[in-house]
Amino acid sequence: MNTPTSTPAKPKTFRAAINEALKQEMRRDERVIVMGEDVAGGRGGPAEAEEAWGGPFGMTKGLIKEFGPGRVLDTPITEAAFVGAATGAAMTGLRPVVEIMFVDFMAVAFDQILNQMAKIKYMFGGKATLPITVRCLYGAGFRAGAQHSQCLYPMLTHIPGLKVAIPASPYEAKGMLAAAIRDDDPVFFFEHKATLGMREPVPDEEYVIPLGQARVMREGKDVTIVAIGRMALFAAKAAEALAAEGIDCEVVDPRTTSPLDREAILKSVRKTGRLVVVDEAYPRCNMATDIAALAAQEVFRDLRAAPRMVSPPHTSVPFGGPLEDAYVPSPARIAEAVHTVMNDK
Amino acid sequence: MQLSREDLLEAYRAMKTMREFDERLHIEFATGEIPGFVHLYCGEEASGAGICAHLGDRDHIASNHRGHGHCIAKGCDVPGMMAEIYGKETGLCGGKGGSMHIADLEKGMMGANGIVGAGTPLVCGAALSAKTLGTGGVAVAFTGDGGSNQGAVYESMNLAAVWNLPAIFVFENNGYGEASASSWATAGGSIAKRADGFGIPQVTVDGADYFAVREAAGEAVARARAGEGPSVIECEMRRFHGHFEGDPQTYRTEEELAEVRATRDPITRFVARVREAGLLEEADFAAVDEEVGALIERAVTEAKAAKVPAVETLADHVYSSY
Ligand SMILES: Cc1ncc(C[n+]2csc(CCOP(=O)(O)OP(=O)(O)O)c2C)c(N)n1
Ligand SMILES: [Mg+2]
Repeated sequence: MNTPTSTPAKPKTFRAAINEALKQEMRRDERVIVMGEDVAGGRGGPAEAEEAWGGPFGMTKGLIKEFGPGRVLDTPITEAAFVGAATGAAMTGLRPVVEIMFVDFMAVAFDQILNQMAKIKYMFGGKATLPITVRCLYGAGFRAGAQHSQCLYPMLTHIPGLKVAIPASPYEAKGMLAAAIRDDDPVFFFEHKATLGMREPVPDEEYVIPLGQARVMREGKDVTIVAIGRMALFAAKAAEALAAEGIDCEVVDPRTTSPLDREAILKSVRKTGRLVVVDEAYPRCNMATDIAALAAQEVFRDLRAAPRMVSPPHTSVPFGGPLEDAYVPSPARIAEAVHTVMNDK
Repeated sequence: MQLSREDLLEAYRAMKTMREFDERLHIEFATGEIPGFVHLYCGEEASGAGICAHLGDRDHIASNHRGHGHCIAKGCDVPGMMAEIYGKETGLCGGKGGSMHIADLEKGMMGANGIVGAGTPLVCGAALSAKTLGTGGVAVAFTGDGGSNQGAVYESMNLAAVWNLPAIFVFENNGYGEASASSWATAGGSIAKRADGFGIPQVTVDGADYFAVREAAGEAVARARAGEGPSVIECEMRRFHGHFEGDPQTYRTEEELAEVRATRDPITRFVARVREAGLLEEADFAAVDEEVGALIERAVTEAKAAKVPAVETLADHVYSSY
């Protein structure tokens, strides 16, 4: 689709990129509404006229001023009700963008997600469209403990009817959020809390990065590293270090896990013959196992080494600093896996 | 209500410990040494202390994200709590939980909780255990005004009524859930009155008044112990600090905050009342202050000096058997 052209892009944070995409999509289509806990903030208080927070992490700042309380809705703390309401609203003409704060809180609304939102179109023989975007924060590294640090996107990827987008950086986030909001299916949109302050050039104008298209972040001939979300940044870092040793990595960021750009992944593995998959999610039934299995089935004869998966151990996310640091896959662990596949002769 | 000198000293000690613990965290958090999210209980002490004054080790409580005060009221080890907040191996949960997950089952403390509203079903379970095992115990859930809007809370109240459980649902209405006023987020104007729909006895008390809370809790606990089922108590109060440490509190004015601190401080009010009645003297308070000050100082010093958990423990405690 359209890629940005004109003026040189200014560096913007992940936060700002999300905010800009929300504003542009709300301007573009007045059926787009935003809801969530304290997306404006200050309801019922003395500062009501102003927005008190603009989202717990400031991602929705300025929305209520521009679009008003009719389209920017603070919610009580009642995820099952407002996620379900978004589903009902989507079936009947609106295009809700729901902020769920931490992905962990989605659990409260899981019937509405799994049995309602995901299945309605299918069960009704296609007689419904569900243009919903659910934004949430994910990931460890924030000392936030076991109930505020999960990834969980593999669980959503598992469910037919849901799409799952995991942008790695600000540029990606803006284009992918536009795509998610314009999409006619439910899209779960994951923002890593450790990257909210990350800056990179992001064009002012609207642009769309289509869902289901992987990107090759770095070309290489020796090893394919497929890495998701924040892990794509770590993989790029590892690849840089490995280049100095003469190992030429190709880094592929799938961008969305549902739909998954299988062809882009397989094409790269066919070329390099080696695969490392990096996923911050719990290691059982995650994207790493999914993608490694895909390669094993489809390009087995092109593989020169057994695929390696880099994920955390099968535990909840610990609180204490050294434990959490040991938990999250690091560039060093990615490099180690690359060495393993290079030495697997 | 006739309280002994010991009761009064204990009440003061509990509230003062909560206050000093969280005020110290407020200072220490600003230095950047404390990891994660921290939610302070200052201004709300009368609730935790007044409710838990009726509870012993056979009784259980489930707390929420603002849980330090509840933990202290239920007898959790203060240095162990502090070490947990610092993420140290000497912490009550070995440094694996942090501020939002402090727990001590031996003390009947079923955990602070990072998921708003999640404690109420757990408390139904603890009340069921007490009833089934015949321990005579009761179980209390502490939930905020914001948390009161979660579906699980009403499912739990209904379940507790249907099963006639020795459960008490305490709603700490501190005026805000994050940046939203409870008057906006909670339809109907009263959390407690929602209990009427379930036929559960309910009462609303001034949550800054230790004696009012204690009295209401006494009735609820007596009902629960007598097999007469669940109760609801709404405590009206204010929090003195932001929602979490670092919250700029743009949703309330400086004047509101100043007025809250001046008029709704449960400790100041407790002291004034007890002194006026001539029940405790300056020296009594001073002795407790000194004791509490030393305890908090020791807790912080030990927490800072303690070792971080060994990386080898990362995958421990996922299951009981593998
Ligand atoms: C299910 C869930 N939704 C949202 C949050 C984020 N959150 C944490 S505390 C809080 C506000 C809770 O307000 P209240 O229950 O009134 O307790 P208070 O903070 O005032 O003590 C919110 C929204 C959460 N932790 N869990
Ligand atoms: Mg509150």
